[in-house]
Amino acid sequence: MSDDRRGIFERADEFATIFRRGAEFAKELVQENERLRRQLLSLEEDHTQAARDPHEWQKLRGEMLRRIDHLEAERQSVLDRLRQIEEENRHFASRYLEVEDENNNLANLYVASYQLHSTLDLSEVLKIVLEIVINLIGAETFAVYVLDEKTQQLEAVAAEGEALAAFPSFRLGRGVLGACVESGKTVCERVHASQDLSRPIVCIPLRVQERPLGAIAIYRLLAQKEGFSPLDHELFTLLAGHAATAIFAARLHSLSERKLNTIQGFIDLLTK
Amino acid sequence: MSRRRILIVEDSPTMRQLLVFALKRLKDAEIVEASDGMDGLRKVTSDHFDLALVDINMPVMDGLKLISLIRSEDSLKEMPIVVITTEGATEDRERALALGADEYLTKPIQANRVLAVAKGLLKIVS
Repeated sequence: MSDDRRGIFERADEFATIFRRGAEFAKELVQENERLRRQLLSLEEDHTQAARDPHEWQKLRGEMLRRIDHLEAERQSVLDRLRQIEEENRHFASRYLEVEDENNNLANLYVASYQLHSTLDLSEVLKIVLEIVINLIGAETFAVYVLDEKTQQLEAVAAEGEALAAFPSFRLGRGVLGACVESGKTVCERVHASQDLSRPIVCIPLRVQERPLGAIAIYRLLAQKEGFSPLDHELFTLLAGHAATAIFAARLHSLSERKLNTIQGFIDLLTK
Repeated sequence: MSRRRILIVEDSPTMRQLLVFALKRLKDAEIVEASDGMDGLRKVTSDHFDLALVDINMPVMDGLKLISLIRSEDSLKEMPIVVITTEGATEDRERALALGADEYLTKPIQANRVLAVAKGLLKIVS
């Protein structure tokens, strides 16, 4: 059989298939049309019946009204639910922001305490306290004071913004700083800066088990810092406890190192 | 999507740890730390980074010098740079932006602000 003839037969098959599908589709259409026509007739019949009979008409009307009422109630319920979901959504969004803030604050507090206890070197601890006060609180001029237990004087041992020598020393219980260290209560003024180095705007007492150790005195905030936030107050509390413990531990460590060296010196002297 | 590489150039370990905490929340972010300007320059020129956070006051080489050196490199002209500093004056901000910084954030920093700026520069949709 030549290619031309084979092509003609194939096209005839294709045509027959398409024609069969077309016929099936036309049949389905006719059946659907018949079904719709019967439905229409039945509805027309009901309508005519209802129109003829006032009782039937009332019954149909009542049924329709009940259906409308039911749909209205359903719509209202859906709207109420939608409003409730929107309200819940708003609540979750605001809660999410709160959790985010809380998370950020906890991260700051974690980093501060982690860094404070990361070393036993006193100069490193003091450097970390300075970093925390600059970077996390946003202070420009401040000093870390340590109490000399023999003289009961508070002396500045680390500072930022002014030379260390510029910061006056305080007697325990005297002046804003001395009173703050003695009472153990943080002082926080609602001002941006103090020109007087004897009157800090913030005093954070450093205490270990009720034993006064020193204080952090802040005199001026960075220009862009607008007052104190709740996180700042949390940081004051953290510094009051953790900076004090870190400084205390570092001083003990340095003392024990010194004693160890002295003892080692004696042992070496006796044994050599 | 490939990991986004972020370089933090900051001399304060406290600040570095805080920035790492904030940026860790970015999906697929790899964070590299440098402790001064010179260390930062070495790292940024030897490897690819999608974003750099730079402090201004640092030992060895300050942040402004670092930014001008980064921008003088053809391959680093497009890398976004965020300055994080205590210097809040307008002239400091303008100087940093004129040298090629893309954003200027002042301390004390807020982790969500850093995250939002990083997302914006890395074109990450929340």
